[in-house]
Amino acid sequence: MKATQLPPELRVPVITNYEEAVLDRIGNTPLLKIRNIVKDFGNKDIEIYAKAEWVNPAGSVKARPALRMVRDGLASGAFKRGMELIDSTSGNTGVAYALIGRILGFKVNLVLPGNVCKARKGIMAKQFKANLILSDPMEQSDGAIKLCRKLYNENPDKYFLPDQYNNPSNWMAHRDTTAREIHEQTKGRVTHFLAGIGTSGTLMGTSRGLKALNPGLKSYAVEPAESLHGIEGLKHMESSIVPGIYDTSVYDEKISVTTDEAYHMVSRIEDEEGLLVGTSSGAALAGAMKLAARIDKGVLVVIFPDSCEECVIAHGEF
Amino acid sequence: MAINVRIPTPLQRLTGGKGDVSASGTTIKEVIDHLESNYPGFKEKLYSEDGELRRFINLYINEEDIRFIDSDNSTVKDGDTISIIPAIAGGSIQ
Repeated sequence: MKATQLPPELRVPVITNYEEAVLDRIGNTPLLKIRNIVKDFGNKDIEIYAKAEWVNPAGSVKARPALRMVRDGLASGAFKRGMELIDSTSGNTGVAYALIGRILGFKVNLVLPGNVCKARKGIMAKQFKANLILSDPMEQSDGAIKLCRKLYNENPDKYFLPDQYNNPSNWMAHRDTTAREIHEQTKGRVTHFLAGIGTSGTLMGTSRGLKALNPGLKSYAVEPAESLHGIEGLKHMESSIVPGIYDTSVYDEKISVTTDEAYHMVSRIEDEEGLLVGTSSGAALAGAMKLAARIDKGVLVVIFPDSCEECVIAHGEF
Repeated sequence: MAINVRIPTPLQRLTGGKGDVSASGTTIKEVIDHLESNYPGFKEKLYSEDGELRRFINLYINEEDIRFIDSDNSTVKDGDTISIIPAIAGGSIQ
């Protein structure tokens, strides 16, 4: 069969520009309606939608802030030609930096706690050739933050440090993309927005963006209920280094979710909705279900940050 | 000689800020019971309500994951180091 005889949907052009092909696919993720779990509320007028962020290149919501921080760094001159990127991460941001570095052609150094799951380490190091520097697992993410800062301070001319915990470009990515997409996808009907807090960039940016479009919108931080928890990527703020971009005035309320509740919801999402999502997605929907139980009606949108099927199956092994 | 237990930062609130504590016992269970008697509230952080070790808590005897030995019935001896490592998340006390 000649190429000209192919049906129109298969006639795709040859792609010569990787940056366009991959990086321009970051964002514009689907909004999925939670159809079955929501039946817990019977005939109550509750709709819940999940933003499927694992569809992004690099497999998570972190592709958005990682790309924005890199592009803003290049535009401002903070990230000069020949410099290497270094940052601390508990996983997803690292995978995103590693992919972007591979495409744009810069070296990526990632400082991560030794207990980040094997699957993520493999993607960062083997697939995208990032240099991994492991910090003491006993100190969790905060140990990685401190070690990264130390390495950067020893050699500030060598590295561009995006510093996802303190870089406004992190939340701006969500204000300018995630929030607009949710507004358009729900045709402005969204009434409640919920996101887990790690760097807090997703919650800060999306809440600001949505509230600018609809001042009546309520936004909620989903937080691990315990300091010792297993919800990957989320922070228990009271017992952690608080990110510089975190501002409690941006959201309306905090909803606490235990690790067991998050794990249980991951199983329900798999069994009842047919989606394999990460623990932080389970936490987000568990938070939305708690909120939905105490309101009469609403159009709720939650962020599902990743799928990480292998990590879910490994249940915290590393 | 006793058994050395490495405490992750989120649990150091219970141990008065100490990252390493010593304990005694012949199995992981006994060591945790001993820690509970010295630091009340310790055990409930590691076990779920139905008495199972929480899935996101990883316990190592020296370099070995107890999942591959005999879970919390694994035996320990003087001089061993037990590390309690949660799945990755945030959480040190500043």
